[in-house]
Amino acid sequence: MSAPLLEVRDLQMHFPVKEGVFQRARKVCRAVDGVSFALRPGETIGLVGESGCGKSTLGKCIVRLHRPTAGTIRFDGLDLAPLSASQLKPHRRHLQMIFQDPVESLNSRHTVGDILAEPFLIHGLGDAAWRRRKVLDLLGKVGLPASAADRYPFEFSGGQRQRIGIARAIALEPRLVICDEPVSALDVSIQSQVLNLLLDLQREMGLSYLFIAHNLAVVKHVSDRVAIMYLGRIVEFAEADDAYRDARHPYTRALISAIPEPSPHRARERIVLAGDVPSPINPPGGCPFHTRCPHATERCRVEAPALREVPGRPDHTVACHYDLV
Amino acid sequence: MSAAAPSSPPADVILDVRNLVTTFDTDAGTLTAVDGVSLQVRRGRTLGVVGESGCGKSVTALSIMRLLPQPMGRIRAGQIIFEGEDIAAIPIEAMRRIRGGKIGMIFQEPMTALNPVHSIGRQLSEVFLLHRNRDRSEALRLSVEMLTKVGIPSPEIRVSEYPHQLSGGMRQRVVIAMALACSPSLVIADEPTTALDVTIQAQILDLMRALQRDLGMAIVLITHDLGVIAEMCDDVVVMYGGRVAESGPVDRIFRSPSHPYTRGLLQSIPRLSTPRKSRLSVIEGMVPGLADLPPGCRFQNRCPHRIDACASQPTLGVVSSGHEVACHRWRDLPVAAEVRS
Ligand SMILES: Nc1ncnc2c1ncn2[C@@H]1O[C@H](COP(=O)(O)OP(=O)(O)OP(=O)(O)O)[C@@H](O)[C@H]1O
Ligand SMILES: Nc1ncnc2c1ncn2[C@@H]1O[C@H](COP(=O)(O)OP(=O)(O)OP(=O)(O)O)[C@@H](O)[C@H]1O
Ligand SMILES: [Mg+2]
Ligand SMILES: [Mg+2]
Repeated sequence: MSAPLLEVRDLQMHFPVKEGVFQRARKVCRAVDGVSFALRPGETIGLVGESGCGKSTLGKCIVRLHRPTAGTIRFDGLDLAPLSASQLKPHRRHLQMIFQDPVESLNSRHTVGDILAEPFLIHGLGDAAWRRRKVLDLLGKVGLPASAADRYPFEFSGGQRQRIGIARAIALEPRLVICDEPVSALDVSIQSQVLNLLLDLQREMGLSYLFIAHNLAVVKHVSDRVAIMYLGRIVEFAEADDAYRDARHPYTRALISAIPEPSPHRARERIVLAGDVPSPINPPGGCPFHTRCPHATERCRVEAPALREVPGRPDHTVACHYDLV
Repeated sequence: MSAAAPSSPPADVILDVRNLVTTFDTDAGTLTAVDGVSLQVRRGRTLGVVGESGCGKSVTALSIMRLLPQPMGRIRAGQIIFEGEDIAAIPIEAMRRIRGGKIGMIFQEPMTALNPVHSIGRQLSEVFLLHRNRDRSEALRLSVEMLTKVGIPSPEIRVSEYPHQLSGGMRQRVVIAMALACSPSLVIADEPTTALDVTIQAQILDLMRALQRDLGMAIVLITHDLGVIAEMCDDVVVMYGGRVAESGPVDRIFRSPSHPYTRGLLQSIPRLSTPRKSRLSVIEGMVPGLADLPPGCRFQNRCPHRIDACASQPTLGVVSSGHEVACHRWRDLPVAAEVRS
């Protein structure tokens, strides 16, 4: 098996929370609270979990938009976590991020051509004519006409803007792209176009993806392996088909059973979880899921389960004290 | 939906929208957001309205409620017959009594329906005071009862709390409590779970189903999620570009979709059963804006089956009883291979 491209170990991102009239940071928001995983070259890892569980924060730590409060992020063997902005610069081109909202992530005062040429400029690559050629090349790759270069982002539809965002992310031929909800804001009929594009680019360019989404069917479709997050931690990690067919964590099972399937009258048992996701500012002790878990015992209330291998399945880990049937 | 009998719809139809046309006056001229939409809601049943962003789902709902933004929005034509009365034509004061009374509403973002400066109890009581002429203490008692019904834990404590103290899921429960306070016979829910997480969505959908079973209200459920439609609805209306593309009982729409748009949608969504990393089928092109809609069939510029006739507006074809499609070519299309289930 090849060496991992990315190896995240005990990653932690605790944000100070200001409260009270004096605005003193007294509490912390444990947005990412001890995450470890490794991503292989060319692989897609899907990251799912409910709002606020720390998916975007994890992604932003990896591309170092955040400086994690603890842990290591080994990319191609080098730990990015402690690097300063200037130390990071030569590595940034290998790690890119695509955001949910293509509108917000594009500077609307610049033409699409300028937006796409910018990564080359920043890295001092080529002359104007070479950059122009690269821009047209990129537009072709993401299925936009060459004329798009002279127009502005607001002149495009959501799906087209997401293509522009993708073009910018792949400009420097990165090795890893963090896709943070890249199709969530798009219409159903446009989602599949963008998903196909991401899959094509992966094949052509050998990209690796960390694919963040809350739509489990979408995540399963694009991923080789899937990590399920809850309150800042990974609670289950498995090969994508296994994560759905053979989920071991009660949260994963509830999440899967909650997906409304587009087939009417399909008889099935739904696990409806009681209550809300607790706040990462005041997470419950013991297993973070115990407050909503239908199987919770006294042990779960006091002892946090570590990620462990599912017996007989080396590539499937789960953070639960019990082996559920 | 035969236009020939405008007098009395079948007895079990509680809401009968006929050829609704709604326009907006804008700087760019008059835009037709809803262009001849007809739909029927059966008593105690759930009608789903599905379609992509901008296809006119919310404007249809706002038209029914007579809540179009003023003065730009206007119902230009059509009838909205609710329990036998054309509520598109009644005075706005009469409509106010129906809203929150016989017709309840649930919107996507619960905060838009809730007043941040008033307690939950006060807002719920308001409904009982306004529509039921109860006194304050009785209204408060009924409010607590209603909160219990929608599954809010410790409702006696929650009544004195404010919306910001509740989670998104809890707020939506409060909005549902308000919508159901006066035992409406119809509830219009516009994307009631879109802003919520899947596990919370499952709770809310479960709640709506249970309440419908107990209280018997009809529901118009607007969503762009075909999964939600499949799980919740008896009948479906598929909208595209301000018009109805196809409508019918939910299993016929999913099992034998007849409009190329419905087929395209159903085929393009990844499902848990789709082979991983396989290419998804797509609907080419993009959703046009209102000003760019082609004349004739709205879907023609994205349709793989387009012919010259599509330049004229198709009439409704009857696929089977209750299943109608607005397509010139539905008879010519290969029988939809039973869409993957
Ligand atoms: N810059 C920040 N400062 C303080 N708290 C933050 C910051 N960014 C995120 N958080 C908090 O960290 C937690 C995790 O947020 P994050 O955005 O990573 O969640 P997510 O899983 O991406 O959710 P969503 O699905 O809604 O995008 C949340 O409680 C959030 O409020
Ligand atoms: N106040 C307004 N002025 C002008 N046009 C409007 C106004 N409100 C809505 N529209 C237009 O009417 C059309 C239908 O909008 P509507 O809100 O009904 O869409 P929708 O189907 O509910 O979409 P979504 O899924 O995004 O909620 C859109 O093209 C929209 O731009
Ligand atoms: Mg996020
Ligand atoms: Mg809407």
